[in-house]
Amino acid sequence: MMNDMAQDATAEGGRRIGEVILDLQHISLSFGGVNALTDISFDVREHEIRSIIGPNGAGKSSMLNVMNGVYHPQKGNILFRGEPRQKMDPHTAAAQGIARTFQNIALFKGMTVLDNIMTGRNLKMKCNLLEHALFWGKAQREEIEHRKKVEDVIDFLEIQSIRKTPVGRLPYGLQKRVELGRALAAEPTLLLLDEPMAGMNVEEKQDMCRFILDVNDQFGTTIVLIEHDMGVVMDISDRVVVLDYGKKIGDGPPDEVKNNADVIAAYLGTSH
Amino acid sequence: MSDTHGQTGLDTFPRLLMQHAKLRPNRPAMREKAYGIWQTYTWAQVAESVRAIACGLAELGFKRGDRLAIIGDNRPRLYWSVAACQCLGGIPVMLYQDAVAQEMAYVLQDAEIRFAVVEDQEQVDKMLEIRDEVPLLERVIYDEARGMRHYTQTLLMGLDELQEMGRIHDRNQSDFLDGEVAKGASDDISIMLYTSGTTGKPKGVCQTHGAFIAAAQGGVQFDKLTDQEDILSYLPMAWVGDHLFSFAQAMLAGFTINCPESGETVMTDLREIGPTYYFAPPRVFENLLTQVMIRMEDAGAIKRKMFHHFMEVSRRCGADILDGKSVSAGDRFQYWLGNLMVYGPLKNVLGMSRIRVAYTAGAAIGPDLFRFYRSIGVNLKQLYGQTETCAYVCLQPDGEIKLDSVGKPAPFVEVKLADNGEILVKGPMLLKTYYKRPDATAESINADGYFMTGDAGFFDEDGHLKIIDRAKDVGKLNDGSMFAPNYIENKLKFFQHIKEAVTFGNGRDFVTAFINIDLEAVGNWAERKGMGYSGYTDLAAQDAVYELIREGIETVNADLATDPRMSGSQIKRFLILHKELDADDGELTRTRKVRRNFVAERYQVLVEGLYAGKKSQYIETQVKYEDGRTGKISADLRIEEVKTFTPQATKQAA
Repeated sequence: MMNDMAQDATAEGGRRIGEVILDLQHISLSFGGVNALTDISFDVREHEIRSIIGPNGAGKSSMLNVMNGVYHPQKGNILFRGEPRQKMDPHTAAAQGIARTFQNIALFKGMTVLDNIMTGRNLKMKCNLLEHALFWGKAQREEIEHRKKVEDVIDFLEIQSIRKTPVGRLPYGLQKRVELGRALAAEPTLLLLDEPMAGMNVEEKQDMCRFILDVNDQFGTTIVLIEHDMGVVMDISDRVVVLDYGKKIGDGPPDEVKNNADVIAAYLGTSH
Repeated sequence: MSDTHGQTGLDTFPRLLMQHAKLRPNRPAMREKAYGIWQTYTWAQVAESVRAIACGLAELGFKRGDRLAIIGDNRPRLYWSVAACQCLGGIPVMLYQDAVAQEMAYVLQDAEIRFAVVEDQEQVDKMLEIRDEVPLLERVIYDEARGMRHYTQTLLMGLDELQEMGRIHDRNQSDFLDGEVAKGASDDISIMLYTSGTTGKPKGVCQTHGAFIAAAQGGVQFDKLTDQEDILSYLPMAWVGDHLFSFAQAMLAGFTINCPESGETVMTDLREIGPTYYFAPPRVFENLLTQVMIRMEDAGAIKRKMFHHFMEVSRRCGADILDGKSVSAGDRFQYWLGNLMVYGPLKNVLGMSRIRVAYTAGAAIGPDLFRFYRSIGVNLKQLYGQTETCAYVCLQPDGEIKLDSVGKPAPFVEVKLADNGEILVKGPMLLKTYYKRPDATAESINADGYFMTGDAGFFDEDGHLKIIDRAKDVGKLNDGSMFAPNYIENKLKFFQHIKEAVTFGNGRDFVTAFINIDLEAVGNWAERKGMGYSGYTDLAAQDAVYELIREGIETVNADLATDPRMSGSQIKRFLILHKELDADDGELTRTRKVRRNFVAERYQVLVEGLYAGKKSQYIETQVKYEDGRTGKISADLRIEEVKTFTPQATKQAA
């Protein structure tokens, strides 16, 4: 059952927002002369849904890339579970339980949904190449275990009917769901979602919201979310951080952020 | 107590179940696809689980004669709950799982439900929504615990927990349940199925163990079913057909029922299981064929050519080969070759390779469609029956298949015609009563004990029954000629681009029709012609589509003109509706039958427009979306004339 995956993370009575799990302090990131992020500090608490919003080019995706070790900020500290993070790459981030989805879907188009989600379990596979090639004994047992987890994810996301369908043949909304599935298969403690609802219709958005909330609720997964749809963000987030031109201009619960003058200015424009 | 068990005959379902658990404990009774794998439950396991559920229910205070509502998709544990309820002498009441909460409230009130077993969170939410309207409801037991962690209502209980409770109960008082089973009698009510309510409020049809066992026995005997059959259970459990095939017949013959993983996976599951015995309403067969045809259009030239060639061969001789008639050696060879290259692989793709017997009913099936399946070697047959007769009145015998009849009266059934052509039936499978409606019961069963089906029909020269229409729907045009709306509508619907049709004509000068186009078929047609459209409403209003539909209607008119009884009811004017008729708007019943009077009332302006000779008519309609919100659709609908034909058989008619 899916519950096994989450037992350690959730206690009865659902999620409670816990300690700070990821602390970003004074992060600055530049590419050549362009400052992508300037002195940004915020934290992510355990079991919360934390959204990052901002106009185009505000540095949201860069922020996410800093979190999972794709970019290395020139200045600032990152504390993950209280430990300062040294040299970091995506592989280490994944091993620490950070999974993500991408703004532009990054699935293997020719592979089935099942196989795509299976790749999410890659890091949990212990057997070596030879054992896998022979597919006997330990490797077979391991594959069965992983397949069970993958089936849990398929059941959770209600995509049984497309289990064997090549991803390239699926509509966009379903591909997004498969991508979420692959991230979930890694049993992450911190899940980074880069615009999970971009390009979806209302119904698909509603479904996606429900899945995000369910993931957060049932497995206690901490979620960091970039999203453009303000309605969605304000509905499902616990706290929101607002970026504009690489700077933090707002941070707090949705209601507070909504009424923040700087945020309104950034979105609606002002006459300076 | 076990002595009594042995002595009493196998005349109730719980006794049949216990017998199977003894006779074939390790045969698979049920399979369910879960987490991508078919999980098997043997008869012994099923019997054990049914005992546990029954004892659990008893522990909660469920008593003999109590009604148990069961709501959900075809899940093994819901079937077990049916049997468990019967063990205790209770009456399972089946509800359609896709009904909205308000519709359910009516049934729960009418049947005075205290206990309900439901599938999942979705159904639980509905129960909670209508809780205030059904004060009698004490317990809602759910099968699937997903999403239920935050529900704290004391009303709710998990089926796992109930079963655990029942197991302890069964261990402590092991003879309790055997005693309860022994108390059951053949003429106890075994199930309540609500009629779909084409007319008025739904009525609860009470059927006895004896009635369903007789119907099941007749069917098993008629088609020589054994315990080796495999059947896919995917049609609503609340529908009489599913109860007959997946419950009564399975319990009697001891064969295996297979529950699909979800509604959307039925096609894949069908293929994996390869049932030997299969039931589907015509629209399922139609959808399958449409899909095959669409895919063939996209196939390579060689494949397409091969397909069409061998389809031609099968059309010529396939049905005759299936019926065991004599066919020339050349055709036989061609068919054999075709089977190797086309029919065999095609049947495999459709999941029909192993089918010995397949039935369709519920609506008329198009001759082309029917012929297609029979010609590729699928023994598809028609049957006729109602909820009130356990879906069992007429069956088509092997080798005597006619396209437009529903076959001969089934074993133990007597059929006769009333003076007005209404079909009357008598036999052990008749309903015991409508629940709390002695007036309705008296109205539907006449003094001689015949059930009045309300259908009009006649026997042909071979003793096969032909159905024309609902007896009360058969009306007259102003010139006195017969108007049978269903008959005409069915002919229209056989045309692949028409999904629904509603005809009017009773007490009028001529016949008119509302048409719903089939979005998939017409959409595909439009795509091939390079026509752009934004959705149903847009597509339905296009000139080319009107032209396409008019051609179809003219074909139907030409066909009607050949029949002296029907030639007067050729369609003169029609329009294509701006929205699809929908059960959520009350225009269709849950089994997708058109509610004619409701549609006529709702679209009265359009009907008047058709008869007023207008060229177009404006309409504004309120629609209900699936999430319960409402919206408005408005459109200016075009009305067109259709060519009619002079009756070819005027002399005979006059």
